[in-house]
Amino acid sequence: MAAIDAFSDTPWLDPAGQKPLVQIKGLTKSFGAFTAIDNIDLDIYQGELFCLLGGSGCGKSTLLRMLAGFETPNGGEILIDGVDMAHVPAYERPTNMMFQSYALFPHMTVEKNIAFGLQQDGVGKSEIKDRVHDILTLVELQDYKKRKPQQLSGGQRQRVALARALVKQPKLLLLDEPLAALDKKLRKQTQFELANIQEQVGVTFIVVTHDQEEAMTLSTRMAVMDAGRFKQIGTPTEIYEFPDSRFVADFIGSANIFEGRVVEDSADHILVTTEACDVFIDHGQSVKIDSRIWVGLRPEKIRIEKSEAAASGPNQISGIVDDVGYLGETSIYKVKLESGQIVDVAAPNQMRPSSNSDRITWDDKVLLSWEPSNAMLLSS
Amino acid sequence: MTQTRSRFLTVMLTLGLAFFYIPILLLVIYSFNNSKLVPVWGGWSTRWYQELFQSEEVWEAVLLSLQIAVVNATFATLLGTLAGLAMVRFGGFRGRTLFGGMLVAPLVMPEVITGLSLLVFFISLSELIGWPSQRGFTTITIAHITFSMAFVAVTVQARLTGMGQTLEEAAADLGAKPFKVLTAITIPRLTPALISGWLLAFTLSLDDLVIASFVTGPGSTTLPILIFSRIRLGLRPDINAMATIMIIAISICVAIAAILIFRQQQAELRDQQMAFKEEG
Repeated sequence: MAAIDAFSDTPWLDPAGQKPLVQIKGLTKSFGAFTAIDNIDLDIYQGELFCLLGGSGCGKSTLLRMLAGFETPNGGEILIDGVDMAHVPAYERPTNMMFQSYALFPHMTVEKNIAFGLQQDGVGKSEIKDRVHDILTLVELQDYKKRKPQQLSGGQRQRVALARALVKQPKLLLLDEPLAALDKKLRKQTQFELANIQEQVGVTFIVVTHDQEEAMTLSTRMAVMDAGRFKQIGTPTEIYEFPDSRFVADFIGSANIFEGRVVEDSADHILVTTEACDVFIDHGQSVKIDSRIWVGLRPEKIRIEKSEAAASGPNQISGIVDDVGYLGETSIYKVKLESGQIVDVAAPNQMRPSSNSDRITWDDKVLLSWEPSNAMLLSS
Repeated sequence: MTQTRSRFLTVMLTLGLAFFYIPILLLVIYSFNNSKLVPVWGGWSTRWYQELFQSEEVWEAVLLSLQIAVVNATFATLLGTLAGLAMVRFGGFRGRTLFGGMLVAPLVMPEVITGLSLLVFFISLSELIGWPSQRGFTTITIAHITFSMAFVAVTVQARLTGMGQTLEEAAADLGAKPFKVLTAITIPRLTPALISGWLLAFTLSLDDLVIASFVTGPGSTTLPILIFSRIRLGLRPDINAMATIMIIAISICVAIAAILIFRQQQAELRDQQMAFKEEG
């Protein structure tokens, strides 16, 4: 197995014996009394597209700026390709950054903006010309090289910024909210473009974002951050399907959360009793019996059907539809339980509401149910 | 109600503008007065202009003032820029607050005090090390630099704060060493502030009477000193002529600046339109 790992395209999935490209150990940064980064550890591997996801002020940008060399840590260390970065100034680091505001030099043309980094390295004139040309082809801006940044649209500026950061072929590319300044439609399209470009050039990307959809689409792995710490690190699927805390379950997507107590813990399942219902979970997680726990349920993983029948057995709840939100592709049903708690359920609209005679609507009595593998166990 | 109020405002505006500009207009008209006595109208003439151009004393004063102004503006811009950079880009170095205070002190210091203290300083220096052996061009220039660099520093500081540090960080990130960042990014971005700082220092120097009178010596008469000394003996029509020439020169400079600004705005508008078309 270890021999195969050495050639793995995805070392982050089985890190044993792999050498990380970026090693962060016990990193701490505070501004006066405010701790922006609180003793964090992280390994990032060659070829990853790693997303740092969190709300504003969670420390994600500070972490990125420390990697780039713009901020000095108060403690801990950063190693890139095995080299300690403590005394390496920003201009000598093997990293390049794409800024949120793009930071294109307004007094230089697109071509000169991109060539700037290569000139600093003393690359020869003809090679600069070739590499600028190649990278402009990659981002499809060949015809715009004589333009000034202020003569370009937002999307074009974004691509110039990406090209400028990529042209030096850094070991690590840092992207600070790369898509935040684009409008929604362009953002979706660019998400995939960005992932494609990353795959083509093979450079390791670290992307800071506050947009969970962006993080889910782009990343090989992501870290959810809050108050200067990592709440959870994993692949998008892991984070979405198996969040380990209420914070993550609530931050990524939405979740209905029930507080309960573990009453059965055996090898193949556990049973949690909550105020609303009993929850039977069979995905192999183990929790000490009698401990207090939270159970999360994603709205789209709950079945909803019209039924007068009361709930019978675990993984079932009955309730009354309190509100319906029509979103086009799906509808959100807000179901009020006997306990008064509101549960969100999302169901695809496979038929037009007007032609669906037994569609669920306001004040209908409904029965909610879910598969034993669908509930998520959450710590506080 | 609105009608009367707006009429009231119009009247006040007219009066205000008249108060500013009628004296200047009078000065221009009287510079073409043929009479030797300023308040007495003696018909149109350009004789005072001719006399002015023939006066060697006046030309020397103009030349000296311009020389001082140019040297002063150049040094003040250089030093003021360095001081501004230190204040904004060097973080919290020891003594930063004191340095900042001392930097702006000349802005609020009464000119009489500045002039007097510099005079005392030059005299004691000349007794101690024999330099400056006589007061004149050098001492006036040094005196002007000391107070006008404060104005440049403030201008540069404001611009540096306003433009933020992101572009400089981007340049460093792309491998530019600190000096290269300064020359390739910071200075080009600062250019408007440097130009206005230079012009400000130039004008301040050209305009200064008080400090120059303290630190000047025999034979070094700047234009303001010359005007003032002539006026002391009564109003003179040739001084009116000189003032008129200065007004015209300043008007031309302002007009050129306005045209340049207008052109730049047009260019920006074109860029915006071009960018907007790309959004398409």
